[in-house]
Amino acid sequence: MEQKQVINLTGVSDHFLSEGLSDLQKIQRRSYYFISEKSSQNVSTMSYTSQDNADISSGVKNACKDIFKCMQCGVCSGSCPSGRHTSLNIRKLVRKATRNPDVIREEQLWMCTTCYNCQERCPRNIDIVDAVLRIRTFAAHEGIMHPEHRKVSELLLEHGHAVPIDEENRKKRVEIGLEELPETVHKYPEELEEIKELLSSCGFDRLLEKKRKSELEEEVK
Amino acid sequence: MKGLTLFLGCLIPNRYPGIEMATRLCLAKLDIDFVDLEGASCCPAPGVFRSFDEPTWLAVAARNIVLSEALQRDILTICNGCFASLADANQILKSEPQLREKTNEHLAKIEKEFKGNIEVRHIIEYFYRDIGTENIRSHVEKPLDLRVAVHYGCHLLKPSRSRGLGAFERPEFFDELIECLGSKSVDYPDKMECCGAGGGVRSALKDDSLKMADHKLSRIKEADIDCIVNACPFCHMQLDAGQEEIRQKTGTDYNIPVLHYTQLLGLAMGFPAEMLGIDRNVTINKEFIEKIERILLSEEME
Repeated sequence: MEQKQVINLTGVSDHFLSEGLSDLQKIQRRSYYFISEKSSQNVSTMSYTSQDNADISSGVKNACKDIFKCMQCGVCSGSCPSGRHTSLNIRKLVRKATRNPDVIREEQLWMCTTCYNCQERCPRNIDIVDAVLRIRTFAAHEGIMHPEHRKVSELLLEHGHAVPIDEENRKKRVEIGLEELPETVHKYPEELEEIKELLSSCGFDRLLEKKRKSELEEEVK
Repeated sequence: MKGLTLFLGCLIPNRYPGIEMATRLCLAKLDIDFVDLEGASCCPAPGVFRSFDEPTWLAVAARNIVLSEALQRDILTICNGCFASLADANQILKSEPQLREKTNEHLAKIEKEFKGNIEVRHIIEYFYRDIGTENIRSHVEKPLDLRVAVHYGCHLLKPSRSRGLGAFERPEFFDELIECLGSKSVDYPDKMECCGAGGGVRSALKDDSLKMADHKLSRIKEADIDCIVNACPFCHMQLDAGQEEIRQKTGTDYNIPVLHYTQLLGLAMGFPAEMLGIDRNVTINKEFIEKIERILLSEEME
């Protein structure tokens, strides 16, 4: 029941409104924060029930409220550089997000380069890219991650860099006249420990341990 | 005016160190007060990390900002992705007390606190607004008679309400920075279009990502230019390494040189191409390198 409380915006909105947070965006961001906080708890006891789809559905709706203003005009799709070359149809994706929790399983979600053209040009001022990012968050918290993205995340956990130094570039740096290691966490191991502690505090390490529902089902079999 | 800390990010120091060198040389030549942001990490990259978990993205970005707050200096980014993450996080944490409180709870575990008393800058807008094209022009020792295809990159300009750099459809400030070096910024179709790398697309969906790069490169090729100049190492990688990947996939060999703005500025200031790492790209265009060498040589003979 506690899960429902944190996801359901109406359960907490009085409190936020009383603090003067009438701005829709702030409420969205705040409610979104609670969702991800909830998701980082009790990873090991994660269970998939018929309730989950309803949770995701209400969660997506609360985190991306302004997508309900969409009139399906298609300016977004017409502005989308990815949609010119891939199967991404951002107009349809927004529509699906308003009615179907399966939107988190859409491969199209990950074809968005976050260029913001759609968001800039939307005649209803819908924060479309922000919505895409939040729907992706629901996907990731359900364990739906591209292996490459999981890998990049593991690199951040291990090195503090999503793209860490390699032998070739150590050499290249020296040849150009730079120090072998940059003045980043690469050079200061104690600073890397800070990053690891911070990521652990945020539950990011536990998020990466999540498995897809399909993988879990596979294991049960 | 506050001094700056140089935020390197990941791709520049770890994949394109020539851009780091070029940046250091240009900042020194322009006598800009900067120090390294020691112990900085990944910004973290907006595509994957903001997608996966915004609180984590905020906390890691906040730590980077806090390192610069401790030095009472604004952060200077040389990458659109770093700029997007750090400027957005800075703005969110400054304007939303509840999120700042949550983030500070995480930061407290490493004895840090976000205060919100510095700004995050991008080198292009910093050059344009704080240094000025006239000042930069006065530092040009070798005017570069080149035809340049400028690539702004998305996150330098958008979301425009956060960036505050004016209209995103037809901006001109980057073009002006190119032209004050003696080059011609050549208009081309789809000039403002995305390179296709961002949002985690290049890492996870390489083929889709390269279709966008291929399109952009084909438009640039038609414009009869000497080189592409960008403001972001991820666009740089996509347009440089992407050319080789496209060649292997489709057989099309564009062979267009790709430079970060600091590398072009470095050339105009008289630094040799190899010092700026221009000959260390994946795509090497010998005619371009020779043209640069001729420019540097002819000036010396005058």
